[in-house]
Amino acid sequence: MARALAVWASIAASLVVLGGCQGRADRGLRRGEAAASIRVEGSDTMVQLAQAWAEHYHAIQPSVSIQVLGGGSGVGIASLTDGNCDMANASREIEPKEIARIKANRGEEPVTHVVGHDALAIFVHKDNPLDSISIEELAEIYGDGGKITRWSQLGVKLQGDDTIVRVSRQNSSGTYAYFREAVLGRNRDFKLGSIDLSGSKDVVSLVSRTPNAIGYSGMGYATPEVKMLKVSRKKGEPAVAPTIENAKKGDYPITRALYIYTLGEAKGHVKQYLDWILSPEGQKIVVELGYVPRDES
Amino acid sequence: MSDPASVPPASGPPRISRAADPVDTTLPNARSRGARGWVRWAERLMEGLIYLCGWSAILFVLAIFFFVFIEAAPLAVQGFDFVEFFTSVNWRPTSNVRPQFGTLALLIGSLSVTGLAMLLAVPLGLGAAVYISEFATGKTKEVLKIVVELLAAIPSVVWGFIGMMVLGPIIIRFTGTPVGVNLLNGSVILALMSVPIIVSIAEDALKAVPDSYREAALSLGASQWEVVYRVLFPAAKNGLLAAVLLGVGRAIGETMAVLMVTGHAIQIPRSLLDPIRTLTATIAAELGETVQGDTHFRALFLIGLVLFALTFVVNLAADLIVKGIRHEKNA
Repeated sequence: MARALAVWASIAASLVVLGGCQGRADRGLRRGEAAASIRVEGSDTMVQLAQAWAEHYHAIQPSVSIQVLGGGSGVGIASLTDGNCDMANASREIEPKEIARIKANRGEEPVTHVVGHDALAIFVHKDNPLDSISIEELAEIYGDGGKITRWSQLGVKLQGDDTIVRVSRQNSSGTYAYFREAVLGRNRDFKLGSIDLSGSKDVVSLVSRTPNAIGYSGMGYATPEVKMLKVSRKKGEPAVAPTIENAKKGDYPITRALYIYTLGEAKGHVKQYLDWILSPEGQKIVVELGYVPRDES
Repeated sequence: MSDPASVPPASGPPRISRAADPVDTTLPNARSRGARGWVRWAERLMEGLIYLCGWSAILFVLAIFFFVFIEAAPLAVQGFDFVEFFTSVNWRPTSNVRPQFGTLALLIGSLSVTGLAMLLAVPLGLGAAVYISEFATGKTKEVLKIVVELLAAIPSVVWGFIGMMVLGPIIIRFTGTPVGVNLLNGSVILALMSVPIIVSIAEDALKAVPDSYREAALSLGASQWEVVYRVLFPAAKNGLLAAVLLGVGRAIGETMAVLMVTGHAIQIPRSLLDPIRTLTATIAAELGETVQGDTHFRALFLIGLVLFALTFVVNLAADLIVKGIRHEKNA
């Protein structure tokens, strides 16, 4: 029991310490606000992009400090609702329910800004002989009641296990929702039993370690250990590689928009920052990170 | 006030003397009384603080329960299907067709990984405790104790990392299964995480058995193994059971490591090599991106309540058993 007490005491102590840090961080944040400071929060998909923007912008405008937090699209929007951030990143469209809550809480409607596009690539292990796949086949692999469970059904023979290991995302992620909409269709659910990971990077890393796995993530996450499949809309139609050019032209079938939400029209330094993001300079960073710029797609 | 020197019967002149009295008599008096008063105050303050510390634990537990309950409670009036929650394997909280909130597969995932972990951890933990308490001597004993404490201090994310990067490939190599993150991996990692707790509490329980028991058994000609098996285990059985239950509590509540090494797949496992998903990992993975106040959000808090109930029952059982020991000792 003495041990249990010691455990509790250490938990309490760490809570106190954490609380103290929190307080200090908050104070720091408030002091920072005196100068121009922008708080950005939201989608994990966009965290790398948002950080790259923030760093480059800070180099141009040293007086403006930008804080970027991840947490997820929902977290960012909730934070905007509570007035804890100036910009919410989201890799999905804001829901009517969330708009209503923001209006009720803040008296203003959120304004949508499309800042780029993300092409979802289909990843397999680099030794997998498969080169292309159709949306229908993907739906049969991932969709509820889908018939495809073995690689031989796709016409390839893998060394070792023939079963397809489905790698997916946690059901609250924007990537998950987008894949469902684009591949399975609005009225179909995922087949249960897939390995649901919490990050885009984790999907690619598991696929790179698993010869019979298939997974999906933003094409910016590709590594040399995985192969991106060409995707066709229907079986028999030409398959398109996930490249920036193809995504821009709209040929690649699984492409989604990336959003920034602000409370009402952006004003002051937030507006300047947003304008810079949408400028060729900001969009160049989108391309550098493997995403698709917004203007031409 | 009850100065015995200044209690003459009430009359005219004494009143005046009373007014003068405090000036000369209470000055030295007041100084000592002030010092004593300060000490008394400090003592009372410290007493209050310590009292508060003691009660704060209860306050925290109640506050946490209350908070989790408040977040989940609106489900009761929103027509939430509680039968489905406990009996369906379909966990599709964000479905466009029909959101379903069945947690059966998650519950079985949690219970199976915990059960298997205990299958590994209990013999290992009790064995280690017996060795440290009864067989090891001198430096070996001290070193072992320190190492076990150190093992308990490894953060769960590090365990998860070990499971993913070390144990996973080993499992793939020896079983030929395609994915190394699965029920087996989770069980082994959880077992390793709960062993230190089992060892340290079981060792305490064995230590608490009076030496006279050992001496009596040895003098009757029992071998050392017979002493452990026939005398110490029965004598310390409550403490050992409490150790096991606290290990169970540790395993069932573990989140980060489990999230990393069980594969996080919603299915009822049919073999050791199937990926599974636990209740804790589901909350950790999904809460961040749910819409606040949504049914999904509340259902995750309901899972929290289920976990709270599970760990509460396990800990309560452990506590009652420990209390049982004390009664026996007093008797």
